[in-house]
This record gives sequence, C-alpha cells and structure tokens, in this order.
Amino acid sequence: MNVRIKFAKYGTMKFISHLDVMRYFQKAARRAELPVLYSEGFHPHQIMSFASPLGVGQTSEAEYFDLALKEVLSPAEICRRLNETMAEGMQILDAAILPEPKPQTKQETAMALVAASSYLILRKDGYEEEVPAELLRQEFVKFLSQKEILTIKQSKKTESTINLAQFIFDFSADATPTPYSGEYENGLAFYILVSAGSVNNIHPETVMRAFYQYLSREYSPYAYQLHRLETYADLSLKKVSQAEIAERAAAGTMPKRHLVPLMDYYNV
Amino acid sequence: MRKLALSDEILMQVEKPARYIGNEINMVVKNPKDMDIRFCMCFPDVYEIGMSHLGIQILYDMFNRREDTYCERVYSPWVDMDRLLRKHQIPLFALESQDPIRQFDFLGITLQYEMCYTNILQILELSQIPLLAKDRTEDDPIVIGGGPCAFNPEPLADFFDFFYIGEGETVYDQVLDAYKENKKNNGTRKQYLEKVAEIEGMYVPMFYDVVYHEDGTLASFTPNNPHAKPKIRKQVEMQLSDTFYPEKPLVPHLRAIQDRVVLEIQRGCIRGCRFCQAGMLYRPIRERDVEFLKRRAVEMIQNSGHEEISLSSLSSSDYSALQELVYYLIETFQTQGVNISLPSLRIDAFALDVMSKVQDIKKSSLTFAPEAGSQRLRNVINKGLTEESILTGAMSAFESGWNKVKLYFMLGLPAETAEDIEQIAVLADKIAREYYTIPKQERNGKVAITVSTSFFVPKPFTPFQWTSMDSAEDFLSKQRLLSGKLKEQLNAKSIRYNWHDAELTMLEGVFARGDRRLSSLLLEAYKNGCIFDSWSEQFHSDAWKKAFGTLGIDMDFYTTRERNKEELLPWDFIDAGITKTFLWKEYEKGQTETVTPNCRKGCAGCGAKVFHGGVCYEPRNEAGETL
Repeated sequence: MNVRIKFAKYGTMKFISHLDVMRYFQKAARRAELPVLYSEGFHPHQIMSFASPLGVGQTSEAEYFDLALKEVLSPAEICRRLNETMAEGMQILDAAILPEPKPQTKQETAMALVAASSYLILRKDGYEEEVPAELLRQEFVKFLSQKEILTIKQSKKTESTINLAQFIFDFSADATPTPYSGEYENGLAFYILVSAGSVNNIHPETVMRAFYQYLSREYSPYAYQLHRLETYADLSLKKVSQAEIAERAAAGTMPKRHLVPLMDYYNV
Repeated sequence: MRKLALSDEILMQVEKPARYIGNEINMVVKNPKDMDIRFCMCFPDVYEIGMSHLGIQILYDMFNRREDTYCERVYSPWVDMDRLLRKHQIPLFALESQDPIRQFDFLGITLQYEMCYTNILQILELSQIPLLAKDRTEDDPIVIGGGPCAFNPEPLADFFDFFYIGEGETVYDQVLDAYKENKKNNGTRKQYLEKVAEIEGMYVPMFYDVVYHEDGTLASFTPNNPHAKPKIRKQVEMQLSDTFYPEKPLVPHLRAIQDRVVLEIQRGCIRGCRFCQAGMLYRPIRERDVEFLKRRAVEMIQNSGHEEISLSSLSSSDYSALQELVYYLIETFQTQGVNISLPSLRIDAFALDVMSKVQDIKKSSLTFAPEAGSQRLRNVINKGLTEESILTGAMSAFESGWNKVKLYFMLGLPAETAEDIEQIAVLADKIAREYYTIPKQERNGKVAITVSTSFFVPKPFTPFQWTSMDSAEDFLSKQRLLSGKLKEQLNAKSIRYNWHDAELTMLEGVFARGDRRLSSLLLEAYKNGCIFDSWSEQFHSDAWKKAFGTLGIDMDFYTTRERNKEELLPWDFIDAGITKTFLWKEYEKGQTETVTPNCRKGCAGCGAKVFHGGVCYEPRNEAGETL
C-alpha cells in the first residue's frame, strides 16, 4: 500500500538540499520502523517519491512524498512514529493511505498531480528599503493586477519570454505569517498562488524579480524568505491523461481549475 | 528554535550551508550554563570527512555521558566560508550551541594525517585563539592533540598545550577531573598543565627542551619541569567489549564520505607489515566480543536509520568470530534493506560466499593489496601475501563470475629495484592471463584490472623509521617505468593505472618524521596561504617551496636522509610498547629479506606484552602458535 505524507521544513533545516531531504526520510523511515517495501536486487531501496523539490533556503509547511509500505498501518501511527525521530525543523503534519490503483494502471505519483503552489514571501529584518512598506504593498497589487506581465523565464537550457500574469492565480500584499514561516518585525509579507508542476512551474523568485524590475529597483535574493504554504492538485484534470493536458494547454482549452491540497485529492 | 551563528545571507553564499548548522540526528543538546566543562572536538578537515570519523563519535559519546561536560564539534570551514568568516570577522563556532570556540575550556583536535596540519592553524586563527601555545592566556581554551599523528607530535609542538598519546578511552576522565579541580582551586593554566603532565600518556611540549647537534640531528630531549616525565607511555584500552561505543551515532544531513554504521570489530593487527604504522601503534591486537558487536550493530542501525553497515579493522579476516558475525548481519539485515560492506577481507572461499550474498558480482571488484610486485620485496616488507594465493583467490573469484580486480602497490619501498617494479606489471598481466584460461563461453566478458600505486612514506614506530625515502624525481621515474612496463604486457588493454601526486607525498614525508623546528615551517606555509593541502586543487606547491626557502629548511634532511641506529629520533620519548630494539631487528630482517611470522604463529617479542592482554595472552601450543 502507498501512503502520502505531508511535512513541514522550517527553521535551520531550510539549509538542507532536496537530495539530502530524500536521504533524510529514507533514514527516518527506518528509524521509525515503518514496514517499508524495498525494491528487489542487491541494493534494495525504498519506493519513495517527492511531489516537488524545495530550493535551499526556502521553508515550507506543505511538502509531500509518497512511500510504499508492505503492511497496513494507520495514518496516525505513521505520523506518530515519524515525529518521534524528526530533527528540529522537520515535522510530519499529516498522512493518508492512497487508494489502490485500478488493475493494470500505475499509481499516480504525487509529482504528476502538482498543479499549483501557494507561497508567503516575507521580508527579512535588516533589508528594509527607503520605500515605505505601504507603498510596496500598493505597488505589488498594481503589478500583479496587470493583464500582461512579460518576463523572461530561464530554465537550465532555454530562455523564453512568458506572460507571468496567466500563471498567477491569486495574490495579496497583506499576508499573515504562520508558525512555520516565522515572523519578522518589519511585518511586510506577500502571498501568491501560482502555477506549479512539470508544465508551467513558476518559482516565487521569478515573480519577485519581475516585481523589482517593474519597480526599477534592484532585487536582493537575500531580502525575502520564501515559504511554501500549500501544494495543490487540480481536480478538473483528475481523469485527463498527461498527454491530453499538454495538448489542451497548447490549444488553450483547459477546463476550469479546481484546486485542492494534494492531501485531499482522493477525498473530494 | 535554535539560533545560528551565521546569518541567512552568509549561509546562502556558500556551497553547502548544511555543513555549518549542526542539528544532526542524535546531536547531544545540553544547556551550556549548567556545565563545568565545555569541550569542542575538532576534525581539521571538511565536514563530510570529519563526520565520517569513528574516533570522534566514540569520544563525543563518552564525554557527553559526563553530567558536568558538554562536548560539541567543529570541522574546517571550506575555503568559501573561510573567506566570509574572515571578511566579517566572525569567530569560529561549535555546531551544537553555535557559540564561539574561544569561550570553551578545551579544543581537542584529532590528527589523522599530516596533510591536514595547516588546517589546524586555520581553526585556531578563525577561532581567534593565539596560534602559539606560549602566547595563550588564562582565558583561552586548552588545545589538545590526539590520534595517530600524535605519535610524532613534534612538528606541531608549538601549537598545542598538550598531546594525548594513544587511545582516548582510558584517561580522559582524569584529564577533565583535574581541570575541574584546578578551576575550583583557582589554579592557573600552567598549574593545570603540570597536573596533566603527571597523568600517564600526556605530553606537554613546553615542559621539554630540545638541543640539536651541528648536523641537525637531536642531541638531547629533556624535561625542564619537575612534573614532566622523561618517557610518555601510550594509552591502550584493554577492555574493548566493555567500554564506550556509541549506541546512537550522529547522522549528518549531508552525505558523509562514510555514510554508514561503522562497526570496529577489533583494534590492532597481527600481521607486522614493516611499512605499516597502524599495525605497530595499535599493538597488541584486541578483539571485541562477538555478542557485543551483534548488539551494537542492531542498536546503531535502529538509532541511525543508515542503509549500510561496514566492518572496520586493519585486517578483518583475522577476527576469530568473523563468520559468525557476518552471517548474523546478513540474516538480520538483508530483509531490511541494509547493505553490508566488508573491506579488508582476504579472498578465500568464505569471502567469496559472503561477497556473492551481499554484492552484485557484475559490479563489484576483488581487491588485493600485495604492496610490492615481487616476492623478494614482499619479504622485505613482511607482507605475507604470495603470488600463488593471489592467483588462486582471483581464479576462484573469476570462476564465480567476478571480472574486476583492483591491485594496490607502493613505489619507493626500501631496497626496491627496477626488477621489483617490473614485477608489478607482470603480476597484473598474470592475473589477466589466468582469467583468459576460462573457456570463452563461461567468461563474464572482459577482465578489468586496475593497478594503483602510492608512494612509500617511512613512518615513526615502524621498522622503516630509519630508512631513506625516495626523492620526488625517484618517484616520478619509477612511475614512468611502471607505466611503460604495464603497456608492454600482453593484456595491457585490460589494465588501468592510477597514481598519486609525488610532491604532496614528499611533504607528508617531511612531517611524518619531522622535529620541533617544523612548527615554524608550518606557520610560514600557512601565512603563504596554504590550507586544505590534501585537496589537490587547493595544494600550492610553490607556497610550500617558498616557505622552505624563507626558513632555510632542507627537505632532504627529513626525507631522503637515512638515520643511523644511534640517532635520537624526535619521537623516542614516547613509549609505544614496541621497543626500539625490536624495530631495529625487524629493519635488519627486512634487509636480509627474512619474514617474521604473524603474532598468532609465534611471538616476535615486540614488547606489547607489557599491556597485559590481547593476542599476547591467548593460549598457545608447544610450537608457539595460538590455539
């Protein structure tokens, strides 16, 4: 059986890379004595897949991975056992048993389901600018209310110009910090809900860079704490194949979005 | 939540910020305010290497069992962080509390290899502790050195308050208790060091005067303080099954070099290879009880979550309950996705059976360390591995499906000839020929043989401590000779050749048998910008050469010069159990190509019997062999 686990990564653990987080949970699962299913062969490994990597330095309260178990265990028990062996800055928030895939079909990976992510963007103390916070808030709303925000999106190989506006689903310039995001005295915090996943993945830093370009000000990558609030799947795409999604995205005939947190995907 | 010593901005500018945040699984958390003693343990190399070291894990666990002591850790900041710490004048801090090290009572530095010596100066300077022991005040931490290189501590004498000679399990409690006592009595730093000097195994360099002959050799080495002993006896833990061994090893978040549970099955070695310092220093061989090891293996896997367990010892095949232990580990762990790795196994039927169970034959390779190419030279170095046993071992492995072989040799061994070097190539070729005697349809593709050579460095407390080391030019010409000979072989296409850097080896040779005057060389090289010398991309040969030039130090005096029997050696004040008489006898036997049987075949009278245990006291038959 497969279990989906939601966890928070915060505090000093934000400096642990995605690759090391994967290794961390392999060891944690063994310390927690979860009945993990191992692959065959001389170097058996756990069958574990993560929804979406988080950059070094970012915090999150909505990280997900799926893990194959060979025995049934209640979600509460899984959370309890894992939480007993967590380092400070890692906390298991929730777990759910995934429904068995239909015969002859593979389990959908958490990664394939990701459609959107929401973020808090908190200004760190010591990076206040001469511009008043109130003005920055107003400008943020103005900037993201535009119909067209042309910006350059860089991937490893290519550079392309995109209209950022169509990938920003919601925003606010007056967001509330959470216990996991930490709070800064200067109090400036933005919120964005953006497209995520394998097709149109929007990094919050891309949004902030574009915002500062709009302000004609220099952006410092150290000035803001990026914090992932939730990772969403799109229910409207539940029965649609990946190939079809790509096709419809290209044709501009995507169904109306129905975003639900990854944890709730099978419960709605 | 934990506060870090460094800002986000600094941490985000370095390659691997996780090196500097601590918070590892099983990290010990205590309130520093409640402690009498704060001890910072240091491995002077980068985090991923330092975290792989078993010795520190043992001492970390041992110190933290004391209610009055908080033991924390620090590793060498990598060059990117080094720059930032200097730029912002941030004092180096311990990983646990993130407090500056200069606030600690002790800084204990393990000395595992000579080429990390400049890193020690980096640690001291970044910690804002005076580099020279004589300049330290009552407010500075006491700086201790330990580990294998402490067996010749002299090149580091100026930088350390004292050295702990030998195994840490024995008298550290006395060292810490004396500190507490001295603090209570408002004693001075000097008064404490005088107390320490009276504890067996402790060496306080500033309490000794060294006088040199005109030719540069030692004339005398004498205590200048009534508390200092003329001879320092090494420390040996005789109860290895009833001593400190961590049940909850630290698990780093970064992938360490040694990303696994390490089970030290025994300490010491019976083999008596004449080049091997560890084989001499850790005498007598002492085994850990197999039931103790089984228990620890299970606890450590459980508490760490590691996916691999590795046996550690100088020669695992000599452990008497090896089969029982290995089959237990396979049975216990194989269903739990835990791999078992077995370095330093002699290739025999048992080894092949175990290897076929724990490794993928197609991917794994056989490892032999003949060290020398010819039987003649193997007799000189007392390496009891014959060509016949290599060929038989390789052949039975080939028949079981293996086709990769790794061979390790040293170049520059005493009395080595061109013929001996050629024999390395011939042996590699013979192994390949052996492989091709298997009918084609039964073979598993082509054979792949990797020959690796390192350069021989004579080490203190070995029979070769008197011998001449080759020069860099000798090394390189020998390397070229071997490379050419390998290309002449019938199966040259199946043989790959890896080699080491000669200049770094020369430097290792200087410090291995160096004296007190080298402290200034080290300081000069450090000032010239040398750190992380063992990392080839960081090694600045020119900066070192400049330091030798500035101080007028002759490298050959320390490397190529052969010492005579009467010479007072810089490490002679240490009593390592093995006697100088024994070492000299072994040196002579090497010259006549005479083999000394291993400790279980017969006692060679090395002197380690004074420690009252281990192999020296195993029951023997009339012929002198252990039963």
